[in-house]
Amino acid sequence: MNEISLMPEEQYQRLQQRNAADVKELWDLLDQVKDPEVPVLSIWDLGILRDIERIVEGEGERILITITPTYSGCPAMDNISTDVKKALNEAGYPDVTVKMSLSPAWSSEWMSPEGRKNLRAYGIAPPEDADLDEDGLTPDAHAQCPHCSSRNTRRISEFGSTACKALFQCNDCNEPFDYFKKI
Amino acid sequence: MSDAIKQATLEYATRLGDDSVVLGHRISEWVSYGPFLEEDIAYGNVALDYIGRARMYYTYAAELADDGRTEDDFAYMRSDRDYRNLLLMEMPRGDFAYSQVRQLFADVYATVMLPELLKSKDETLAAIAAKAIKETKYHLRRSRDWVLRLGDGTEESHKRTQKAVDQLWGYTHELFDMDETEQLLADNGIGVDVSKLRDAWHAMVSSILTEATITVPEDSWAVRGGRTGYHTENLGHMLTEMQIVHRSHPGCQW
Repeated sequence: MNEISLMPEEQYQRLQQRNAADVKELWDLLDQVKDPEVPVLSIWDLGILRDIERIVEGEGERILITITPTYSGCPAMDNISTDVKKALNEAGYPDVTVKMSLSPAWSSEWMSPEGRKNLRAYGIAPPEDADLDEDGLTPDAHAQCPHCSSRNTRRISEFGSTACKALFQCNDCNEPFDYFKKI
Repeated sequence: MSDAIKQATLEYATRLGDDSVVLGHRISEWVSYGPFLEEDIAYGNVALDYIGRARMYYTYAAELADDGRTEDDFAYMRSDRDYRNLLLMEMPRGDFAYSQVRQLFADVYATVMLPELLKSKDETLAAIAAKAIKETKYHLRRSRDWVLRLGDGTEESHKRTQKAVDQLWGYTHELFDMDETEQLLADNGIGVDVSKLRDAWHAMVSSILTEATITVPEDSWAVRGGRTGYHTENLGHMLTEMQIVHRSHPGCQW
C-alpha cells in the first residue's frame, strides 16, 4: 500500500499563498536565490521567504520582499538580502526593498518537501529524520544517517557549523553528518 | 503610543539590547579557546544568537528614536556610562566554570523572563521574545549540562564551580530590580515585571546547583548599578576592544 504523505498545515498555507499570488513569476524567479551556507536550499525551500508584494507608485512600481531569519544571529541574512535584490534587479526590477519580519518566528515546519529531499541528498539530515527528546529538542542519538540510512547514530554536538544544525556521527558507516535542527 | 511610553520603550529596548550584546561579546571571547572543537563551535553559536538579539533590540530602539541613528550607533558609539546592561553580563570570561555558571544564571533568567515578554502588547518586543525563546531552550540545556558535569566532576572542577557560584551570586539580585521606567512599561502591559520572577529563577537554579553537588549561597551581598550606567571596571575594557574598529573607521562598509 502506498503511504499517503500528509503536508504539514504550515507548508500547505505557504503553498496556497504562493499559488494564489498575483506575482507568481516573482516567486518563481526567487527560486534561484539559495541559502549561501546550504546551497541546495532556495529561500523558498527554507521557508524564510514570507511575502512578495508589487506596489504601484505613480508611474513606477516597487517590489517589497519580506524575509524572516531562521535564528536571531544568522549571518546569512545580509547576504540573502543582497542576493534577492540582485536577482530582481537583473530581471528588470530596479526598485526593490527587502524587509525583515520577526513575527511569526521561523519554524523548521516551513521547509518545503523538495527542500527536505535535497538536504538529505546533500548529506544533511532534515528535521524529521530524528525523534525529538522529551524536552522537544534534538535527541542525543538515532537521527537517520543521510549517507547509509542507519538509525544507529549518536550526537556529537548540539551546535554545528551553523546555528541551524547539530552534529552527529553514524556508528555504522562512521561518517559524521549535520542534522538540521527542529525549531 | 504616548510620548512617555515611547521614551520608556526606547530605553527598555536599549537595555535589553545592551544585555544581549555584552553577554554575546563575552561568550565570543571563548571562540578558538574552547576545550575542544565542538564546544568551541557551540560557544560561537550561542554568541551569535545573543548578538542577533542585540541587533533586533537595537534596530527597534533606533526606529523609536527616529533620529538617524542605526543599530550600529547603539552598539559602537556609546561609552560605558551610557550602557545599561546588567552587571552579570559584563563580568569577565574567567575560567570555563565561571563562564558556564554565568551562562546558567543568564539562561535561566531568559527562560523565566522571555515567556512574560512574549505577552507584551508591543508587537516587536513580543516577536523578539518568540524568536529568542526557541534558542534559549538549547542554551539552557547546554549550560545546565556543563554545570552538572563540572560541579559533580573532579575535585578541581567542583572547587572552581563552587567558587564561580559564590563570586557571581551577588550580581544576580540586580536581575530582579525594577525602576520607574520598567514599572511604567509593566503597568502598561509592555515590559516585564521582573521583581516577580526571582522565586521561579531561584527554584530552577537551586535545583540544578543542588544536583551538581554545589551549595546554593546565602544572600549576603549584592552589587547593583548596571541599569543606571554604573558599571564594574570590566565593561570599559570590553567596549574598547569591541568598538575600536568601528570608531577608527567611521562609516566603513565591507
